[in-house]
Parts: sequence; structure tokens; C-alpha cells
Amino acid sequence: MLSEDLLVEKHIDAHKATPGGLLPLLHSIQDDIGYIPEHSYKLISKALNISVAEVHGVVSFYHHFITTPPGQHVLHICRAESCQAMGSTELEAHAKTVLNVEYHQTTKDGAISMEPVYCLGNCALSPAVMLDEKVYGRVSKARLDALLTSSRKPK
Amino acid sequence: MSTRLYIPRDSSALSLGADEIAAAIQAHAGTTVDIVRNGSRGMYWLEPMIEVVTAKGRIAYGPVAPEDIKGLFDNDFLNGGEHPLRLGVTDELPWLKKQERLTFSRVGITDPVSVSDYVAHEGYRGLCKALELAPAAIVQEVTDSGLRGRGGAAFPTGIKWKTVLGCTAQQKYIVCNADEGDSGTYSDRMIMEGDPLVLIEGMTIAGLAVGADQGYIYLRSEYPDALVVLNEAIKNAYAAGYLGDDILGSGHRFHLEVRRAAGAYICGEETSLLESLEGKRGVIRFKPPLPAIEGLFGKPTVVNNVISLATVPIILDKGAAFYRDYGMGRSRGTLPIQLAGNIKYCGLVEKAFGITLRELLYDYGGGSASGRPIRAVQVGGPLGAYLPESQFDTPLDYEKFSEIWAVLGHGGIVAFDDTVDMARMARYAFEFCAIESCGKCTPCRIGSTRGVEVMDKIIAGTQPEKNAKLVRDLSDTMLNGSLCALGGMTPYPVLSAINHFPEDFGLQQHELAA
Repeated sequence: MLSEDLLVEKHIDAHKATPGGLLPLLHSIQDDIGYIPEHSYKLISKALNISVAEVHGVVSFYHHFITTPPGQHVLHICRAESCQAMGSTELEAHAKTVLNVEYHQTTKDGAISMEPVYCLGNCALSPAVMLDEKVYGRVSKARLDALLTSSRKPK
Repeated sequence: MSTRLYIPRDSSALSLGADEIAAAIQAHAGTTVDIVRNGSRGMYWLEPMIEVVTAKGRIAYGPVAPEDIKGLFDNDFLNGGEHPLRLGVTDELPWLKKQERLTFSRVGITDPVSVSDYVAHEGYRGLCKALELAPAAIVQEVTDSGLRGRGGAAFPTGIKWKTVLGCTAQQKYIVCNADEGDSGTYSDRMIMEGDPLVLIEGMTIAGLAVGADQGYIYLRSEYPDALVVLNEAIKNAYAAGYLGDDILGSGHRFHLEVRRAAGAYICGEETSLLESLEGKRGVIRFKPPLPAIEGLFGKPTVVNNVISLATVPIILDKGAAFYRDYGMGRSRGTLPIQLAGNIKYCGLVEKAFGITLRELLYDYGGGSASGRPIRAVQVGGPLGAYLPESQFDTPLDYEKFSEIWAVLGHGGIVAFDDTVDMARMARYAFEFCAIESCGKCTPCRIGSTRGVEVMDKIIAGTQPEKNAKLVRDLSDTMLNGSLCALGGMTPYPVLSAINHFPEDFGLQQHELAA
């Protein structure tokens, strides 16, 4: 058995009795492994007594769930109206240029994945981005560059 | 004795470095300071804002950068000393003082996760009242207050509760819709991070009112900080006997759990939210049956927005008449308004209904952040209409907004200066709908994508008159043929942009919507 499968089993055990537990289960798998491995669908479907298609349907419905390993860091750029009113379109273009990626892609060195997000609730301080789980407000191009540089530094 | 300081743990304050400021002050002062991590007062241009408790009251300093800290200590800020960043006594700052904070009465003032602090600031008085009332009397109080759903649909909260109360079922649920996905809105987040106990109390009262003993808070995954605060507050409420099998020895039980959403805007629609809570794709349900009759797991369910539920405690505490006395027309009470986008002083303004957009944009907001004229304002999130300057005198009132073919929604106001291209905003409205459509109905699933394509032609200057007509036809289909508000309201931003800003679409004359 793959080591990932063992991890998945552990999460399944924790959530299989939870009413409506599929989302909490998927969250805990992704929080732990970083993504939802597709070969785990079978284990999940068996434990929750639903079809593999249903598991796939749920994973693919939600933007938050991903099925391939992300980069070491995930940069979410807010594309919503408030951020657009404060220049997020230029910020987004800048990020694509400096990282040389499009949305849903990871930089060649595997350091940063870039994802769009539709509102971080930081609209009073637009434009906003989220790097991993930390939100940043009033992000200028220079501030974004500094963030990206510091995230790449070995800790 | 140590000096008490307040430094917000609100995620917007954190987004400007509040954690770093707190750590630096702690390192500098050691045990001589006692730092409380509060919610934000909502004056975001002053964040990170710190407050020092002095004999004169709480004195605010902000916005504080790490390099200011030495100077603050040198100027004896722990005793309210003078400094260029000193703002004065927080409660006396005009921006705050002019507000009517009912739902937000404690946000930024108390320690969000401290039950004792909450109780010391009038918390749990509403629940104590509710425990003395019969369920129908609680529902009547909420009905009489005139409270309408603050999520956007403005449906009377008391009526919804009455339906659930009237259902006979072994199991009923209270579900809090905390999937605050509208751009320009953050009041739910501020409550959850700044005064989560008021939401917990509101949900507990709702449980007593309709006979539900299980509650869920469906929280968007984009709010990791709110998740932490909510869970801490719930744990503390259990420990203090305000949640559990025997609330305050009354024999009533209410359990509460936070469930994380997963980044789907559509899950803010109540039936889609319920599907998601059941562990399924967030595809919307046909109505009827109403969720109040067949909701979560097929059981009668109250689904209310964060602000609606967080307003219930003050209604129970101070009475329906107290709350109903605020407001205008059929819009009773107050609305927590969120100023966002290109505005100089962005933040949370809680005022009685009736304040005008112009007062909010200029008296509170101070005009645009860029210094250029404000050209368009989107009220009520991505499905709200764009309003031009000629409509800025509209009072905030559900019916008045409806008269000008606009919505108040969740009270978010996003301003754009004169550099905005409204054709691009109309295109974005379709694009957003296409990205977030659950796919169940054709007008939304297909219409949104066709809308993007037609908008691309208009933006390219291809037969704008003919294509604008096509957009109107498509909008008509989406408006009247979609199953829920996502497809059904995407035409609001699109058509309002065409109607009020035809020049951006290459159109010659104003042709108003049929």
C-alpha cells in the first residue's frame, strides 16, 4: 500500500461517521498531503458507500480542491471587483510575467503555484493576495516582488 | 501593574502586519504590557491600529509600522503620550462616533474569544431573555423587530423562523451562511473574527426559537483566520456552559460546529449550501420545498446569514421596538455597510437604513483613494447593479434600491474612479458567472459563456449596437429563465453598465432598459 493511502485511511477513519463528512474528509486530506490524490477516490468511495464518480464529482466541483501536488507555496491573487478597482489586473499581469506562469500553474523550480481567488474579504485594503494561508493587503507590484522573494528564501 | 494594549487579530489588520507589530511591542515591553488581540474597529486605513488603556479611556495610535515602535515608546505612548500617530480617544473619533453600532456594538472593543469579556459587555443577555420565553414568543420578537435577511435576499427573518417552528420533526437545524463571497463585503468576517460569540448566541437563540439542537456555520475556505477564532470561541462557550446538552442549566441543548466550504461562490445560495453541507456538489435545488420545510438532510432548517443571526441577540435583549425604531420604510434597523474598492477611508459603517450613498462615499469614505472622480459604484456584490453619480442620492433602503433596479445585497459598496472601463466590468460579470455557475440550468451555464463572447465583440468594436441588443436578449433569458440568483442577477451589473455608461460600449445614445 502506498504511504499516501495510509494517510488517507487515517483521515477516512476520522470522518466516515460524520454526517455529510465528505467535505471535511477532503479538507483534512488536502491539509495533510497538499492535494487529493486521485487514487484515493476508491478508498473514499468504499468507506462512504458512494461511487467513485461521486467522489470525483465533488472534488472537481470545488475550486479549493486540487488533484496534483502544488508548488511549495501557493499564491492566490484576488480577481474580484474591489481589487480590480485598485489595480489588481496590472498586479495579476505582473505576477504572471515575473513567475512566468498562468493561473493553475506552478513555477519551473516548483516554488510557487498561482491561483485566482474571488474575494478574500480584504476589500478595504485592495488589492489583496494570499500567500499560503496569510492574507496581504494593499499589495503593490514591489510588495508582491518582496513577498515572492522572501518566500523563496530557505527557512 | 501592566498596561493593557489592544492590537487586532482581524485578518485585514494582519494583512498589514498587526502580528509583527504585536510581537515587536511584546519584545520591547515584556511583562509591562498585557496585549489583547481584539477585532478591528473597522477604520482600515488606520490599521494596524493599536489602543492603549489609560485613565482617559482607550487611546488609539495608527497606522503603526514596525519602525514607529521605538518612537512610540520614547514618547511614552503607554501613558497616552503625544506622537504623530496618536489619534486620540478611540470612541471620540468622529468616523466611529457618528455610527449606530448595534450588531457591531462589541467588535473591536472586547477580546473576541473571552466569554467573560463578552458577558461584561452585555453579551448573553439576549439568550437569558430567550430562555424565559416560549418559542413562539421569541419568533414573534424577531418578527416584530422587522429584521430582514442581511445576506441579500431581505426575506423577513421572523417569518422564516415561524415556518420552521411550525414543522413537526424530531430533528431541525440552524445553519449559518458564512460563505461571504461577494466582492466588497467583509462584515461577516469582521463579526466572526471580532465578536464570534454574538453569532454563537444568535444561533443558540434561533435553536431555542424553532426547536433545533444542532447548528452549523458554513464558513468559506478563504477565511482561515475566522476559522481559528470561531473554533476558539465555540470551545470557550462550551466550557462556560453556553453551548452543550444543558445550556445554563435550562435543560435546553444546542450544539454547534464549523464546516469549511471549498471555494465555490454558488454555495452562498442556500440550497446549494445545504447540498455542500451534506457532502455533495454544490448544485442548487429546486424550490419548493423550501429549506425551512425540507432543508439539511431533509429536515426543517433555518438558513440565515451571519449578520442576521448576529443581530438577534440585541433584539432579544433590548426588545423588538428598540431595533425597529431605526431605519426607514420597510427597511428596519441598521445595516453594516462595507466601503471598498477605490475609496480613501475604507471600512465598516453601521448606520440605520436611510443614509445615502453620497454620504457614505464622501462623508465617510472621503471620496476616491486615487483622488480622481468616482464614476461608478457597485452595490451588493458581483450580482449588484453599477450606479452612476446621478443615483448617489438614493437612500439605503431595500425598496428604494429596487425602484432604481438595484440591490443592497449584503451591504458592500465598491467604488471605481473614472479610469474604469464599464464594458470590461460587464464582461467580467459574465465571466464570473461562467466560472461559478453550478451548471444546473442552461441560461446560467451557457448564457454566461455566450455573454463573455458577445462582450468580447463589443470590446473589439464589432457592431456594438447589434451586439448590445444581443446582450440585452441574453440578459432577458438569464433574468427570467435561471433557477437562482447567480444566473438571474448577473444581468444587473451587465445591463446597468450598458444603461448608465453606454459610451464605454461604443453606443451613441442612452437607450434605457425595457
